[in-house]
Amino acid sequence: MYTIIAGAGKVGWNLARELIAKEREVTLIESDHARFRVVEEELEHAVEYGDATELWVLERAGIQRADLVIAVTGDDEDNILISQVAKEKYGVQRIVARVNNPRNLQHFRLLGVQPAVSATDLILRLIEHEVPEYGLIQLLALEEEHLEIIEVEVARGSLAAGRRVQDVPLPDGSLIISVLRGGAGFVPKGDTVIEPGDQVLLILDPGLESEITPQFAPAGASARY
Amino acid sequence: MFIVIVGSGRVGSAVAKRALDAGHEVSVLDSDPLSHERLDKDQSTTWEDAGGRFTVGTALEVDALIEAGVAEADVFLAATSGDNTNLVIAQIAQRRFRVPRVVVRVADPGRAAWYAQQGLQTICPTQVAIDQATNVALAP
Repeated sequence: MYTIIAGAGKVGWNLARELIAKEREVTLIESDHARFRVVEEELEHAVEYGDATELWVLERAGIQRADLVIAVTGDDEDNILISQVAKEKYGVQRIVARVNNPRNLQHFRLLGVQPAVSATDLILRLIEHEVPEYGLIQLLALEEEHLEIIEVEVARGSLAAGRRVQDVPLPDGSLIISVLRGGAGFVPKGDTVIEPGDQVLLILDPGLESEITPQFAPAGASARY
Repeated sequence: MFIVIVGSGRVGSAVAKRALDAGHEVSVLDSDPLSHERLDKDQSTTWEDAGGRFTVGTALEVDALIEAGVAEADVFLAATSGDNTNLVIAQIAQRRFRVPRVVVRVADPGRAAWYAQQGLQTICPTQVAIDQATNVALAP
């Protein structure tokens, strides 16, 4: 399986390293001479100097026999061109293109360049998944002690809003330790009434978050973990 | 005709001025606001007073292309300094906005020839220079 990678930036270089470690035949193409010299120190003959959007550079790298072309330069128009030419002119079976600016993803699709991978999009989706919906903030994690402190916002209409602290159903291993209201924090007692808009600090055993946040979320919403 | 020209460099600006003189409607898009100067150079009035349009924006941004009028264009000329940018936006104009006539400037003869085979109207100044230089050099 012969792979050509266009662009020896962080992505291209590391990709080449990994594929070479798996004993795959790889040619990396880099158009910046200074960068090329740096990468050549390590990858030697596996990296070639040239502009991968020029057909003769691709041909010199042996694109006619490539099974996979990966276009990961920093320019979306270059990645589109390289992928399009690889697929349509040289009949390369598999291509992977990097999308630098997610707004350009539509152009990759329009011109049939797929799969197009957008790191920015992937990171955004990961973060979205990791950040719960109801403004939960992890303030402190004592890993050795197996304890953590979180802050949650009390939504209007939530189960906790308008209830006394002692009446908020919480799992064993969790405790409300502080209420932040109007810019000031205080330690509540059992009969302190929680108001919507309060920020509540809880101490808990890690892993109980998903049982706790629903009490503070708007009615009908489900926790996302 | 309504002509949209992307890239207000030597080629783009000169074509724009000629087209406007010939009585066509012309809209120019360039990412560099200072490139507007080329459109005013050697003219008795400013580009806008003469009836031309000018938009500052990046060619790959669809919003900029639309603002420049790609959706209504009869002719689209891609003449930025980047071959790959030109080839991508020309295909966007052709496939997405169905512009009837799309012309692309491509400096690299190899890419120009292949994309011409794929149905794009490519103009390759390098190839023209090669042909002319060869003809002159080898003239008997």
